[in-house]
Amino acid sequence: MTPVLSVRNLSRSFGAIRAVDDVSFDLAPGELLALIGPNGAGKSTCFNMLMGQLRPSAGKVLLKGQEITGMRPRRIWRMGVGRTFQITATYASMTVVENVQMALISHYRRIYAPLPYATRLYRDEAMDLLETVGMEDQADRHCAVLAYGDLKRLELATALAHDPFLLLMDEPTAGMAPRERIGLMQLTADILNSKGISVLFTEHDMDVVFAHAHRVMVLNRGQLIANGPVEEIRADPRVQEVYLGGGTVFAAQAAGAHDA
Amino acid sequence: MGLFIAQLLTGLANAGALFMVASGLSLIFGVTRVVNFAHGSFYMLGAYVGYTLMQVLPGAVGFWGAILLAGLIVGLIGIIVEICVLRPVYSAPELFQLVATFGVILVIQDLTLMIWGPTDLLGPRAPGLKGVVRIMGEPVPQYDIALIVITPFVALALWYLIARTRVGTLVRAATQDREMVGALGVNQAWLFTGVFFLGCALAGLGGALQLPKGGADLLMDFSILASVFVVVVIGGMGSLPGAYLAAVIISVLNVFGVTYLPQSTLVLMFVVMVIVLMVRPFGLLGREEVAGEHGQVGEPERPIRPAGTGVRLLVAFLLALLASVPLLGSNFYNVLITDILIFCLFAASLHFLLGQGGLVSFGHAAFFGGGAYVAALLVTYAGTPMELALLLAPLGAGLAAIVIGWVCLRSTGVYFAMLTLAFGQLLWSLAFQWGDITGGDDGLVNIWPSDWASDNVVFFYLALVLCVGGILLLRHAAHAPFGYALRAARDSARQAEATGINTRHVQWVAFTFAGTMAGLAGGLFVFSKGSVFPNELEIARSFDALIVVFLGGVKTLSGGWVGGAFFESVKDVLTRFEYWRLALGLLIIFVVIVAPDGIVGSLRKLGERLGWLRGERELR
Repeated sequence: MTPVLSVRNLSRSFGAIRAVDDVSFDLAPGELLALIGPNGAGKSTCFNMLMGQLRPSAGKVLLKGQEITGMRPRRIWRMGVGRTFQITATYASMTVVENVQMALISHYRRIYAPLPYATRLYRDEAMDLLETVGMEDQADRHCAVLAYGDLKRLELATALAHDPFLLLMDEPTAGMAPRERIGLMQLTADILNSKGISVLFTEHDMDVVFAHAHRVMVLNRGQLIANGPVEEIRADPRVQEVYLGGGTVFAAQAAGAHDA
Repeated sequence: MGLFIAQLLTGLANAGALFMVASGLSLIFGVTRVVNFAHGSFYMLGAYVGYTLMQVLPGAVGFWGAILLAGLIVGLIGIIVEICVLRPVYSAPELFQLVATFGVILVIQDLTLMIWGPTDLLGPRAPGLKGVVRIMGEPVPQYDIALIVITPFVALALWYLIARTRVGTLVRAATQDREMVGALGVNQAWLFTGVFFLGCALAGLGGALQLPKGGADLLMDFSILASVFVVVVIGGMGSLPGAYLAAVIISVLNVFGVTYLPQSTLVLMFVVMVIVLMVRPFGLLGREEVAGEHGQVGEPERPIRPAGTGVRLLVAFLLALLASVPLLGSNFYNVLITDILIFCLFAASLHFLLGQGGLVSFGHAAFFGGGAYVAALLVTYAGTPMELALLLAPLGAGLAAIVIGWVCLRSTGVYFAMLTLAFGQLLWSLAFQWGDITGGDDGLVNIWPSDWASDNVVFFYLALVLCVGGILLLRHAAHAPFGYALRAARDSARQAEATGINTRHVQWVAFTFAGTMAGLAGGLFVFSKGSVFPNELEIARSFDALIVVFLGGVKTLSGGWVGGAFFESVKDVLTRFEYWRLALGLLIIFVVIVAPDGIVGSLRKLGERLGWLRGERELR
């Protein structure tokens, strides 16, 4: 079966820094793939290249076998890829349901439709989407007054608006309280399983990753150092070194102290 | 060769004052995020104060002392303005403060007129520097040489202050993140005041320094404002070396322009600015603006709702009332309200761009005046009937907006605003200097409506239908998917682009649409007045609309036309008095302070507090 997403030798440099260095992987249909790594490992850079926000310095991104490298985000979205952001991006001057309606209006290509009132277009469909994330009772609230967890859920509903087959989620639970995190991730996993959507997500919370991911990739200093099922990753000494520290720093300090 | 060098030196000398004013503006903007329209006024004050001091203080010491004192005094006046006018409105929505500074311009203009009178003052020459130096046979005033020497020292001192001292570190830190500086325990209020003092003192110094060359007159404030904005933008907002570089480029180019291509003088610097911004969207030495997604000050805008039955009935009633104005039988009111209607459409078109799109245009008069000129030229040269001209005026303005929008939308924020200003100025100078076609300063006259509409009452109804129609159309566009997409692009361009919306295209269409509507207003204007002059394309005209939109309330749907109606009426009353600018300026400052949400926004809040309107709280 063709992978949903194939990444080949993807690299990106900022000046002399190689933020993402020769990364390659595949994402199978229906798979929930996590991309983890310490701060500054290059996860967000990698994501931004997949979704077209950033041009890669080298390498290729293939969507169902079709090359999408360097395409604009809006074109990639039209091909059936949704995304959520690490820091939520919503329309603060609209109501909750209007946020979702906006994505639907764009999906049905009605942005330049002269006659209708936007607030009445696709409202029912938007309400259904809000219901899937459990926000239907907040539909007519002003988006600017929402709690952060609700914004995350709203963003998820928006990302599902065009019925994507692939979802890219950059830290879906960042900035949330622990209990909320587990709830949101469970909700996300349920929705994705029921709709058969493939997902690539980055995450800091290991509980979330190990509970839901089918497979885990570990990025460190721009390079992919491990790639495999959850148990394998848990046991991988290099991953443990990255996350727990290999004692090299202290060893060096001790050595330095010794010399002096 | 000698002439060339002499001109180069003149250009360098002229750069001095320009640099000082521009660096002051740049500093103030960098730290306080206030676009200080009144900066030219402080420059003018510097010249007048310096003049008076030079009359009192004797000799060379007196001359240079007067210049320094003028800077100091203007700086102190700046402090007064900052504390009284700007402090109360720092928390108001972004750019709202520029309205207050516009009020300050008007006040200072009339106060200067009161104190120093309307006659232009000839600056005294610098003692000991009255002669000329001959360089390769060409005379160069000694004072020019002095200026060329002084300016780098001022620049260096300023650089030292900003780059090497503790205060400078605070200023630079505040430029990058003022919230953080506040959190670290720096008293922001006094930092802002201090920077305002420094900026205004620099402007005053510039004004006093140029006295022996240019003297003092009441038009100085606006005439330097445009160049100063250009210099700041070309150099890059907040960059001192950039401001110096740009001041030199602009001044030298101007001197050569006057000699070799006199027709170009009015547009030259704007052309340079457009070219620079096309290549470097943030100026020569500027850095990308980080404001925007995190820079929104004040409370977020509320969701909009299509009008309910009650509001529709109210509007219908008001329209009926408006339509019965001719029953009064007063020709004066017919004409006055026609004017107001036209201005309301103009303001509403800018409001659409600003309110829905977050696109602050400083040059919207380009389309108002553009539409007016299209109609006037068609009538004058092709004998076009009014009906056709009224159709072609908005189309012409819309075409101009397509081109101008394409260039301007490559930049964002203040740079976008400056580009629109540049294009407005370009069209203005075209109308002003291409006398054979446009009549230049004399304008185009004898453009009257068709016979059937020549009666004031009939024309009133024509204007009523077209203007109200236009305003309703703009309002509908705000509720249509297009208006929502425009707001989406403003609220979060990131999300909009990631959900298939081509934000630049949406903004471009909006820019064109707003330009078209302004063009319609311009077309109507010509036939109502019977003539058009270049001042319909002026910066001041653009500012009129801008001020009115802000005062009406940017974050409301009806702020544009309400502000337009209110201020056009007030102006009609006030202009009958001698010092109407003073009164209008004070009124603007007053409204800014008591109603920081604009007239409509503040009325809405009042209504909610009194329980007359369904409030935001019920939505929570």
